[in-house]
Amino acid sequence: MEELMLKIDSVSKLYKLGQIGGTTLRDELQRKMAKLRKKEDPTMRIGTKSHQKGETFLALDGVSFEVKRGERVGIIGHNGAGKSTLLKLISRVTAPTGGVISMNGRVASMLEVGTGFHMELTGRENIYMNGAILGMTKKEIDAKMEDIIDFSECRQFIDTPVKRYSSGMYVKLAFSVAAHLDAEIVIMDEVLAVGDMAFQKKCLNKMNDVSRQDGRTILYVSHNMSTVRQLCDRVVVLSHGKVIFDGDVESGIDRYMDIREETSQTEFDLSGKRMLYLPATVLAKMTYLRLLAKSKAVYAAGERIEFCLRVHAEKTVDNMLLRMELKYGDDSPVGTAIFAVLGAISKGDTVEYTLSFDPSLLASGNYKALFVIYEMNEFGSYNDLDAVCPAFYFTFEDGRNIHWDLNHWGHVCFPDLRAVSRELVEEARFPKEQDAEKGV
Amino acid sequence: MEEQQYFKTVITSEHKLLDLHIRETFRYRDLIFLFVKRDFTSLYKQTILGPAWAIIQPLFTTVVFTIVFGNLANLTTADAAGDFVLPGFLFYMAGNICWSYFSGTLTVTSNTFLSNSATMGKVYYPRLVSPIATAFSQLISFGIQLVMLLGIWVVYLVLGGTSLRVTPMLLMIPLAILQMMLLSVGCGIIISSLTTKYRDLTHAVGFGTQLWQYASPIAYGLGLIPQKYLWLYMLNPVTPIVTTFRYALFGFGYFDIGYYLLSWVVTVVVFFIGLILFSRIERTFMDTI
Repeated sequence: MEELMLKIDSVSKLYKLGQIGGTTLRDELQRKMAKLRKKEDPTMRIGTKSHQKGETFLALDGVSFEVKRGERVGIIGHNGAGKSTLLKLISRVTAPTGGVISMNGRVASMLEVGTGFHMELTGRENIYMNGAILGMTKKEIDAKMEDIIDFSECRQFIDTPVKRYSSGMYVKLAFSVAAHLDAEIVIMDEVLAVGDMAFQKKCLNKMNDVSRQDGRTILYVSHNMSTVRQLCDRVVVLSHGKVIFDGDVESGIDRYMDIREETSQTEFDLSGKRMLYLPATVLAKMTYLRLLAKSKAVYAAGERIEFCLRVHAEKTVDNMLLRMELKYGDDSPVGTAIFAVLGAISKGDTVEYTLSFDPSLLASGNYKALFVIYEMNEFGSYNDLDAVCPAFYFTFEDGRNIHWDLNHWGHVCFPDLRAVSRELVEEARFPKEQDAEKGV
Repeated sequence: MEEQQYFKTVITSEHKLLDLHIRETFRYRDLIFLFVKRDFTSLYKQTILGPAWAIIQPLFTTVVFTIVFGNLANLTTADAAGDFVLPGFLFYMAGNICWSYFSGTLTVTSNTFLSNSATMGKVYYPRLVSPIATAFSQLISFGIQLVMLLGIWVVYLVLGGTSLRVTPMLLMIPLAILQMMLLSVGCGIIISSLTTKYRDLTHAVGFGTQLWQYASPIAYGLGLIPQKYLWLYMLNPVTPIVTTFRYALFGFGYFDIGYYLLSWVVTVVVFFIGLILFSRIERTFMDTI
């Protein structure tokens, strides 16, 4: 039987809007007095209506889910969806307004690395300090001390006060302590965003090991979908304080990206999507795009994406070209198609071009396309006229019957890896070695 | 499969009045120890004189008190009217080290939530750990000062010329220290609980403790207080602590079992009100601080 580690049962958290903390006792007394005398609140800002006072904000609204032992759950959602509030409640930084959170075992929260580090103390002293704050006893820390120092890559500086550390060392040390905790439930809030790439990778691997070998439960909050993919085996999507999705990682991420809704669209107004690097007045601009022969932007293998693009010229352009950059749903670049020759366009004209593109090299997934139109002069130098991101969204289903591992395989499936010949050889040696032996 | 599963920790929105997290705080005793060590080492880091500062401060205050209150103002240093008049230096020093412990602990603990909000906002540990650690780290300075006072006391005793006595009352010193800790922490955590919402009190703490000092027999002996107002004066729980401390050390002074017990009652009540308030506030103080 899989043991339940964490049970969140219709938890809600209410915040009072406006001035909560930071008011003075005098203000509060004045307010009370005014209320008694049924007069208007004297501490209120001019222009605010009295019903706005005491407005509340539900940061979490009836959130329920359960987490079993060894699960690695990613919690994603847009800013203000309530992710951090939820983690704060689970890690007991603040109490819920309603509902029950039940936990089995110790919780180690890494809401911020280096919590409780003291600048004047040495690395070693801070390990004790940090460990103790996170709930370990001195004995437990002693047993892990060597591992922690090794993992942090800071052995050389371990007896130096941390105020002399570089920020990278500081973070490495802090993460090492947290990663070696004996807690059954580990909570991480984007702590991996710090440190260099190699160390980030090391951290992710460490967390993976910890979860697989020791059966620890991990709750991970991040906006970085690629780390969520690497670490988590389940995703809970929050939106406006509610759980809107709970299930497998890819569908969760799609839900978070709102891609499902976007692909139902086939007509796009491009005028508002101009990229910022362009000058305020452009020579030519893309105004409108329509996908042809489709009611939904979902393409299967063998289909070409056909669309119609409208361009309006403010000035005459002699040689206009179009480049299409493809991005995956999480904004990671996939590849670029160059270039469609749109040719000359004269001042004041609006021209509709029909274009087509073959997506068959792509792996299944949700993509977005970024369009750039540019002008090339006779010397081969070019000048961007207009760029829109994203021009349109589409979903591609490749029909290949394999599980595509996005993290390691990327987004492109090359055609034709061919076995050209087959030959039986005697020894599994490198040919060079054999040559060397023959030579002597 | 069991339907009902047992959970070790359950967090709800309700709060029991007497849920004070005492056992949990005890489990974090290593953290208390580390906080004390941190406070103490960081206090004297990058100083030349180091812990000697713990001695220098009361020494100078005592010299000033001896000159100003003893010689210029000529205030009595006897706790009981007509009793043996203690040497000014010893008298003021005993009062000063008590008061500096009391006011120091009170001031620091009254800032518990505000000064630790960065850590407390990120990770849970029993919040009571912080004020307890403060009480102990202040106790180290107090210990150093007490040793110095005992040294001077021995010098006085050996040189003779005074009638200092060693009495069984000496055994009361640990009790006096304990009471001092409870009272200062109690007051401190009450103030810290109230300041999460209203910062006004932080301003009051500074001069409040100063005024409180003048309401306590630190700069003058209890003998100065007219007999008919004595009962009012003794309501201040610090008074019996200080007079008992001096009586225990020097063998002379004022000790009334009634007032003494009363001050203990006040201390315990203040301490428990503090605990209850503190455990109420600690759950959600991050939302209002």
